[in-house]
Order: sequence, then C-alpha cells, then structure tokens
Amino acid sequence: MELLGLYHYWVFAVLLMIGFYAVMAKLNLIKKLIGLSMFQAAVFLLYITMSKVDGGTAPIIQNGAENQLFSNPLPQVLILTAIVVGISTTALGLGIVVRIKEEYGSIEEHEILEVDRQ
Amino acid sequence: MINWAEHLPALQVVVPMLCAPLVVLLHPRGFAWAAATLASLFAFVISISLAAGLLRGQTYQYNMGSWAPPFGIELRVDAFSALMLLIVTGASTITLFAARQSIDQQIEEERQPLFYAAWLLALSGLVGILVAADAFNIFVFMEIAALSSYVLVAGGPDKRALPAVFKYLIMGTIGATFYLIGIGMIYLMTGTLNLADMELKIHEVADQKPVLAAAGFITIGLALKAAVFPLHIWLPNAYTYAPHMVTAFLAACSTKVSLYVLLRLDFFVFQANLSEHDIQFSYFLMPLAVLAMLVASVSAMFEQNLKRMFAYSSVAQVGYIMLGASLVNQAGLTASIIHMFNHALAKGALFLVVASLAMRFSRLRLCDISGAGRQMPWTMAAFVVAGLSLIGVPGTAGFISKWYFISAVLSEGAIGVALAIIIVASSLMAVVYVWRVVETAYFGVPQVGAIKISEAPFSIIIVIWIAALANVYFGLVTDVPVMLGTMATEALMGHLR
Repeated sequence: MELLGLYHYWVFAVLLMIGFYAVMAKLNLIKKLIGLSMFQAAVFLLYITMSKVDGGTAPIIQNGAENQLFSNPLPQVLILTAIVVGISTTALGLGIVVRIKEEYGSIEEHEILEVDRQ
Repeated sequence: MINWAEHLPALQVVVPMLCAPLVVLLHPRGFAWAAATLASLFAFVISISLAAGLLRGQTYQYNMGSWAPPFGIELRVDAFSALMLLIVTGASTITLFAARQSIDQQIEEERQPLFYAAWLLALSGLVGILVAADAFNIFVFMEIAALSSYVLVAGGPDKRALPAVFKYLIMGTIGATFYLIGIGMIYLMTGTLNLADMELKIHEVADQKPVLAAAGFITIGLALKAAVFPLHIWLPNAYTYAPHMVTAFLAACSTKVSLYVLLRLDFFVFQANLSEHDIQFSYFLMPLAVLAMLVASVSAMFEQNLKRMFAYSSVAQVGYIMLGASLVNQAGLTASIIHMFNHALAKGALFLVVASLAMRFSRLRLCDISGAGRQMPWTMAAFVVAGLSLIGVPGTAGFISKWYFISAVLSEGAIGVALAIIIVASSLMAVVYVWRVVETAYFGVPQVGAIKISEAPFSIIIVIWIAALANVYFGLVTDVPVMLGTMATEALMGHLR
C-alpha cells in the first residue's frame, strides 16, 4: 500500500490542518498560539522524516565501519534552526498576550474588539 | 592585509547585527540613538558602494566561511538586491536621523536602547534576506526581520497596537511557515537549497507536481508577508498603531523585501522550469493586483485616520508592483522594480511627514489636522511634494514608474488598454485622498480652542525635505533606478529566452 507507506506525509498534513484550524477558528489568543505551534511542528516533522533513510544510522564516521548507510543530517540541522525560530515566535506571542491581558483585561478576541470599538 | 571590499556583502549584515547588543548597553539614550544611526549609516554607505560597483560591471559573490556553494552558504549581490539594499538601508538611515525626538515622545527613556536594538535587528534581517542566495537562509533572515518588527510595532504607547501586532505575528508566521513548506518540498525533489543550484536541478526533476505545489506554497506564503490583496488585513492596523517612525521605516521597505523574495523565486527559480508557470502566475496575481489597486484605493479615499489612509495606499501600491510582475515580460518587471524604489521614496517621505505632524497634533484624524498648512508650513509643503510623487505627477519619481507601467501594459493589446485605464483610475483615486489631506491642512480652519501649534523641530524638517527633494531628484535624474531595474530584470528573466 503506497498510501499507507507514506504515512508520515499524512501525519504532516493532518497536524498542519489541525493547527491551521485552531489558528483560524479559535477566539482565545492562547489557543491560537497553540494552533500556531502545532502548525509549525508539523513542518518540522516534514523535514525530519524526509531525511530518514531506511536502515540508515547516524552520520558519524567510525573506525572499521566505513561506507555505512546513513540518514541525511542536513534537514535535521535546518530544523534545529527552525525550532529556535518557532520558540522565539511563541515566546514573543505569549509576551504580547500578557500585555494584551494587562491592557484589555481579556484574551478573547471578540472582547478585545469590543473594547476597541468603545 | 584583509581586502575589505571583498567582505562588503557580509559586513552589511554583520555590522547592524553586532551593533544591536552593543546598543542595549548604551546609556543614556542619546548614545543608543547615535550608535544605531551610525551602524545604519555604515550599512547605507556599503550599499551605495555595492550599487556603484554593480553599475561599473562588478559582481559580488561571497562564500560564508570560505565553504564553496552549493554546500556552503553563499551571499550574492546582483542589481536587484543592490537596488533593494539602497531602499532598505536608506529608509532606515533617513528615518533614524529624524527619529530621535519623535521616539523620545513615544517611548520611555529606559526602554529606548532596547527599541534601537530591535530596530538594528530588523535592519540586519531585511538586509540579510537581500544578500542571501540560499533559500533556507532567506527564511532565517525573514524571521529575524519579522520578529524584531513585531517588537518595533508593539513598542509604542498606543494599546491598540497589541491586538494589531498579534494578528501581524500570526499571519506573518503562517506566511513564513508556508514558505518553509515550499522550500522543504523543493529540497525533497532536488536536494539543494542554493537558489542558483536549485534553478539548475529542477530541470532534472521528472515529476513536476511537487515543485508546482512548492511554488504555490511559496507564492502564497510570501504574498501573505507582502500584504498582497486580500492577504493584507494585518497591515492597516499594524501601520496605524505602530510608533510613527517605525511606520515610516517599515512602510518604505518591509513589504517590498517580501515581494523581492517572491519575484526572485518565481522568476529566477520556477519560471524557466515549470511548464505554464507564467500563465498560472499571471492568472492568479493579475486579478488580485487589480483588486488591490481599486479596493484599497477606495478604502483610502474614505479613511479618516491619516496613517491608515496611507497604509491602504501602500496595499494599493503593492498591487501596482504585482501588476507589473504579472505581465511576465521584461517591460512589466522593470516597471515593478523601478516602482519599488520610487514608491519607497514617496511613502517614506509621506510617513515622515505624518510622524512630524504627530509630534504636534495629539491625534491624526483629518479633522484634527485642519489648518496644519499654516501652522506647520514646511512640513505640509513637503507633504505636497511627496503626495504629488505618490500620485505620479511629471517631475517626480512617481511619474517615472507610472510611465513605465503604462508603456508596459499598452504593449499587451486589448487587455493592456483595460489595465492602463485601471492604473489611471487608481492614480486618480490617489489624487482624491492626497487632496483631502491638502484641503483640510491648507483651507481648513484650526479647531476652536486649539492650542497654538508650532513647526516641527528643525532636525526633522531637514530630513523630511531631503526625502521630498529625493522624490524630485529621482523624477528628473532617473539613471540609477532605471539602470539597476533593467539589469535586475535581465538577471531575473534573461535566462528565459
């Protein structure tokens, strides 16, 4: 079954859409951020799974074990950077939510809009 | 002996980035401002010398840590990036020179060094996007620029900036993540991240579907960041409630840098490799561009708040730029690239004027500034010059790009005539909203009981007039943007023939 054999793409797509839905549909700002984190995590999984080679080991050269089959380390390194970016985004987002709570007394989007309209 | 000229592309990013933590340590605030301005000026001088070198026919290519591409990280400055570098570093430097008093008014003293540090990080991120020749590096720089601009936008005293910046953060992150998905798919198919290498390797990919999907993800993600209509909804509030000087800086360059990445990937990487990509690209973006030019201009016409009016006008101008690109021919793309430069001049000057008005008037609705033309004659005169350039009156920079746009669309036959009419209509709407401001400022009566308003500080007036006169200068002497624009188009589309 090729469809199931590529199951990691399904995981990626489903996680991506769950996160995207939460960002769009939830009114609570924290829930939006959780959705955003899932959305990003799905992309991290896409990168990490693409680098896996069947039966491949860690890409370390050892004595007596040359010409080993190993997984591609580059996407993992890339995604380390992207994870850092994701964490900073979430941290900044949460910081903004704290400030919104201080100023508006709420973290529900419709209540904030209500305050702004007054 | 180190050959410094060789390292210019890298220095341009590294200097502002390293100055950012130093600025944090600088107290009192005057030093922080001075250091930030110097770092930005340094980057500006480098970009002038890079542009001058390119016009002399030099090329700039830099291998980070001497690792050869495609495995090492490559920096590359061509005509397109050089022109954009001029815009970004120029906007940052000019705005910083004017910024001091306005920032003093809007941001508490102890937070100012942090604010200037975020500014420098935003600058180095934007510059990094322009010099990077590696798709993943572009992503990282994009996030540096984005995260620090969220901080800048949220830094002001207006609490409405917070929900605005939250929306900006959500949409900006979704855009960047879409871009990341697209890059991941291309990496899956080609195994490379270097743009030039990618362009070659996509030829060899047998199954085009993933690349097509990647092109879609990248185009949408970057369109979101570039505020292409209807993905612009984060922009008006973010620009309106940001500190005034931040608006001047970001409005002049930040969306254009995303457009730069969009054009570079779509033209340089995808256009030659995907069958019918040109048709999909123009069928998708041309209607959006036309809608942006009309709908956003109408919104600007009926807007009361000055900053939001020009924010909508920015969305309309992004429409112009996309329109030129969606013609997918050399004339159209050249017009777009020249317009990026000219619009940055006009919009930067306009928002500087708005910032200067904001120093004297407590609110920025049209009715608040009535009579400003007599109270602040120098500021408002500069507004008129920049406004004429935004409209595209002959003798100003805006006219040059409108001229190129009209001649590009008219070569397209019947649909071109329709597009020309739309361009003229959108320009007429610009006349209306600029005139509304001029009318209230010059013919309006100051509000009863208003305190006497004096002219803005001398240092700001000087900078505003430099920006306004630049609009006139580049309307008369068009060599630099036109030559760089033509060279940039050649670099992006030259391999298509």
